Amino acid sequence: MDFQTPLAKVRGLGSAKAGTGHFWMQRITAITLIPLSLWMVLYTKQLLSASYEQIIVWLAGPLDSILAIAWVIAAFYHAALGLQVVIEDYVHTEWRKITSIWLMKLTFLFFAIAAIVAIFRISMIG
Amino acid sequence: MVEFALPKNSKLQKGKEFPVPKNVTNLKRFEVYRWNPENGENPRVDIFHIDLDSCGPMVLDAILKIKNEIDTTLTFRRSCREGVCGSCAMNVNGKNTLACINAIEDYEGTIKIFPLPHLDVIKDLVTDMTNFFAQYASIKPWIETQTPAPADRERLQSKEERKKLDGLYECVLCACCSTSCPSYWWNSDKYLGPAVLLQASRWLEDSRDENTGERLDELEDPYKLYRCHTIMSCTDTCPKGLNPAKAIADIKKMMAIRQQG
Repeated sequence: MDFQTPLAKVRGLGSAKAGTGHFWMQRITAITLIPLSLWMVLYTKQLLSASYEQIIVWLAGPLDSILAIAWVIAAFYHAALGLQVVIEDYVHTEWRKITSIWLMKLTFLFFAIAAIVAIFRISMIG
Repeated sequence: MVEFALPKNSKLQKGKEFPVPKNVTNLKRFEVYRWNPENGENPRVDIFHIDLDSCGPMVLDAILKIKNEIDTTLTFRRSCREGVCGSCAMNVNGKNTLACINAIEDYEGTIKIFPLPHLDVIKDLVTDMTNFFAQYASIKPWIETQTPAPADRERLQSKEERKKLDGLYECVLCACCSTSCPSYWWNSDKYLGPAVLLQASRWLEDSRDENTGERLDELEDPYKLYRCHTIMSCTDTCPKGLNPAKAIADIKKMMAIRQQG
């Protein structure tokens, strides 16, 4: 039996007092990704014609390695925020929702770290 | 997970086709969703043919004519017949609207009438609005103040302050917008939906209200507010021509300003 009033159900556990940070960072990373992705496209275009050694030299340059790391951080952060919204929209079983969000976030974090370490190794060791 | 297909007992079946009236030239075909909770049958679509020469001009007039002259069991809500009460909200040819302020002649061919989407159906075109109205109550749609009202007059507002409520106060709570919102379909247990957020905005914008911060605290939630993904179906469907999507964007702006500003 369920004697809880509709209002009690709607109020539930109350406001989570969160969400604005997520909303804000999704927009900030989106705007950041516009110039960074333009640079990324130009850089990947070079990959088609340049030799392996040339690419290593370019990526080892200070500005290019900084931009590459910035792109990795912004892109993975933005993707994680976006996928979190998709999971929250469509997965309704609480434990499934919470575990899938965290699995997704940790996976993205792992790949972001891997990408940053790779760029570091190229710029430091060559 | 979200259910993308209808459950078995919700699958639509072919219904009755009522006979075409004789000696009539100006005919219009109506398909109307029917469901009776008492007979255990699946919902069906009945077909009616209406003589427009003996019928009022609006879609609601045709529905009333069906109930009065063809099938008295047809169940629906209606009251003011002039777009003020919000009772006759239904889905007409795929768009949520008020049946009383839409002319039959504006629709070509068959007019298909269904209940508002994604609400439990009580009978035929009558939906269960319990959750919707509870959500409205949850945003405390009344003035909240600490300062007592002046002893000799009402709480005053300038013309500019009053103007901020235009486009917000006109909402009749018909639920056309909320039930057109895919985000509300998937998460109506937690997401407040465009109609209720428009009302929340109406109290946030009110210069006489002193509880703006507390109201924003209550809305600061990934589900209550931030399930809005700016899909804009709400603004597209509003039969009163209001803009709930903008009202929600204004709330998000307030949230951002108080955190970043």
